[in-house]
Amino acid sequence: MVKLHAARPPPTPRLLSGARFMQGDHACAEGALAAGLDFFAGYPITPSTEVAERLSDRLPAVGGRFVQMEDELGSIAAIIGASAAGARSLTATSGPGFSLMMENIGLAAMMELPIVVVNVQRASPSTGLPTMVGQSDILQARWGSHGDYGVIAYCPDSPQECFDLTFEAFNAADRYRVPVFVLMDEVVGHMAERVVIPEPGILSIRVRKGPRQPPGKEPFLSYAPDDDLVPPIAHAGEGYKVHMTGLTHDERGYPITDAGVHHKLVTRLVDKVRKHADQILMTEEFMLDDADTVLLAIGCTSRSARHAVRMARAQGRHWGLLRPKTVWPFPSDRVRELAASGRVRQFVVPEISLGQLRREVERLTRMPVINITHAGGAMPTPEQILEAVES
Amino acid sequence: MSIPVEANISLVDKHPADDLLRADRFPHILCPGCGIGTVIHTYVRAIMESGVDPDRHVCVSGIGCSGRAAGYVNVDSYHATHGRALPFALGIALHKPDLVVTVISGDGDLTAIGGNHFIHAARRNINLNVICINNFNYGMTGGQTGPTSPKGARSPTAPDGNQDHPFILPHLAHAIGASFVSRWTVLHVRQFQEAVLRMMEKDGFCFTEVLAPCPTSFGRPNNFAQGLHEMEMYRDRCHIENGVSRMSDLQIDIMDPDWPIIVGNFVDVERGSYGEHA
Amino acid sequence: MDLSRAQVPHGLVHVIAERCKQCDFCISYCPVDVLEYSEDTNSKGHHFPVVAAGKEQACVFCRFCDLICPELAIFTSESQADASDG
Ligand SMILES: Cc1ncc(C[n+]2csc(CCOP(=O)(O)OP(=O)(O)O)c2C)c(N)n1
Ligand code: SF4
Ligand SMILES: [Mg+2]
Repeated sequence: MVKLHAARPPPTPRLLSGARFMQGDHACAEGALAAGLDFFAGYPITPSTEVAERLSDRLPAVGGRFVQMEDELGSIAAIIGASAAGARSLTATSGPGFSLMMENIGLAAMMELPIVVVNVQRASPSTGLPTMVGQSDILQARWGSHGDYGVIAYCPDSPQECFDLTFEAFNAADRYRVPVFVLMDEVVGHMAERVVIPEPGILSIRVRKGPRQPPGKEPFLSYAPDDDLVPPIAHAGEGYKVHMTGLTHDERGYPITDAGVHHKLVTRLVDKVRKHADQILMTEEFMLDDADTVLLAIGCTSRSARHAVRMARAQGRHWGLLRPKTVWPFPSDRVRELAASGRVRQFVVPEISLGQLRREVERLTRMPVINITHAGGAMPTPEQILEAVES
Repeated sequence: MSIPVEANISLVDKHPADDLLRADRFPHILCPGCGIGTVIHTYVRAIMESGVDPDRHVCVSGIGCSGRAAGYVNVDSYHATHGRALPFALGIALHKPDLVVTVISGDGDLTAIGGNHFIHAARRNINLNVICINNFNYGMTGGQTGPTSPKGARSPTAPDGNQDHPFILPHLAHAIGASFVSRWTVLHVRQFQEAVLRMMEKDGFCFTEVLAPCPTSFGRPNNFAQGLHEMEMYRDRCHIENGVSRMSDLQIDIMDPDWPIIVGNFVDVERGSYGEHA
Repeated sequence: MDLSRAQVPHGLVHVIAERCKQCDFCISYCPVDVLEYSEDTNSKGHHFPVVAAGKEQACVFCRFCDLICPELAIFTSESQADASDG
């Protein structure tokens, strides 16, 4: 007879709350724990390692499972597997590891298994400057795996937002069943600031939408979407005998070689995000009401941009900041709206990349887009932003 | 259906194991004489005999003809990417330790592209049952040379014969710390089924290599053009040697007609499975 | 011992003809050569196993044809008939 292992006891709550001083990586780990993280698999890499280190201690303490894997290929596959078994699962990495994860990000998208991947960006390409800041994985996050699929990506600008947006990332992953990224950067990951963690119970954790039929009788259609394009999910061990594959599949989950089925499936994978963009999008607007010059910046660079806005305002200039907290979906409508307002004359895009973010703005407007770039290792300063716009 | 009724046979449309199969997907896509179907068959029989509710069994495969196994068994089943069946299964097994998780993977899937996960899952003694279908080649992509291809075997990427040394999979599995190690062939169905059952019973990382004909891709250029030819070779050359004393004796040279192939259950030890201390 | 009176298990062979791909495993490995190919073919053109003439009582219910079949296209059931009178 086969012995069964006892299921693990339910987690003892040991969540933090209140105001604390902590670095972004640690705040990110706490955000995941507050979101009910069950499973973390990862491989050490600067500047994300602190996320894993923090969780190696904190996650088992709340009843979750921490595994240090042999590489990032294994890490991403393990969190997808854990998600298939119902876990809220996470990995954390940086550029080189993120590249290794790409194939399986497509698998998560195709199987519609919710996962959260933290990428604390460093100066790239290749091994680049491991300890120094970068923001040039933006397009990879959107397009890195082969084929078309939808993703959501958050860009926190502070340790507080590392907490808030990591929490949010889990809810979004479970809501839309897509891969969700927290695209931090080295500066935000390593900077320490005050982080306020709400008392347990204040934040609401979204529960995955499960089958509305009991297991066993009728076959469960794992990929029959509701009106919101998202199918209910059944996990391993719940009795629904699901089949999940990266091959193009029908509503039962069975492989099928058919261009029509493929088109419909992949279109839905993209539309899950596209058609809910207004519900997913998060932006911050700073002094934008009367602005004729719009700065658009993410993560640590937005902190320089905000300061530049203040400096420009002090000189009597009408600057404002649009900060995407979700870089994917991108706040395209808002950019178009600003461009069409008749008031805005120019966009200014400071970034730690040679133009990835600029590209997104440029494709939305014919207006001049001033791009202040650094390839990585340093960030544009407020002074550089002011100078670049003046010249 | 154009099946005439023959006098001397009871023609039926359901197999006793059908409840454990995704029977609406049969006949499966595997070639005539391919051994993978027998592995699927043996796995579902082991589930039936395990005494564990099929709802608590999970099957994970990677990519390849062997990887199609997961799509035919009526338990929660996952067809992961090439090489990643093991870490995918690890995620399931660690999150829900009350499930009996079996990985069915090809020689290439498990030990070429997925080799790193293989050595580490075994080293950690993750509670998984691994059935590696060794057909000596990359069947699905047309028979290219793989890490178990015998020296001298011809393939589309080794037109003059393979020059590389093949892995001895049970030897490798033992060296990296597997708690249970066996090798059988799809001709040894009863012993193979016992080995799969033993893996299901046992804690920790358990490994069975099962030799299986791939007449289409490996067989044709290497004198095993039909599945039966390779089965005959197993019958003529396999010796059962449970608990073999020297793992290096498990080397296979199927191109040499006098080379004996040792099959059996070789290792069965207790190492304490992953996370037991937790 | 009077072998003619020993109770030998006796089986009936059942086939799901549409699943058969004519790999020959069941026919080759039946220890008492019960099976042969059908004259007719299934819809994919494969001849499937049938019981050879004169072998109707020969199956010893070893189940090997079932266990080895890669297609799950053949199985046996134990027959109630008393093999010793065959
Ligand atoms: C990342 C990746 N590389 C290559 C392939 C192509 N590919 C599919 S199956 C396969 C080999 C499978 O060999 P094996 O695991 O031995 O399975 P078999 O088909 O022999 O059963 C390869 C190379 C792929 N699907 N994914
Ligand atoms: S190619 Fe080989 S391994 Fe693949 S189904 Fe055909 S016989 Fe089996
Ligand atoms: Mg193979």
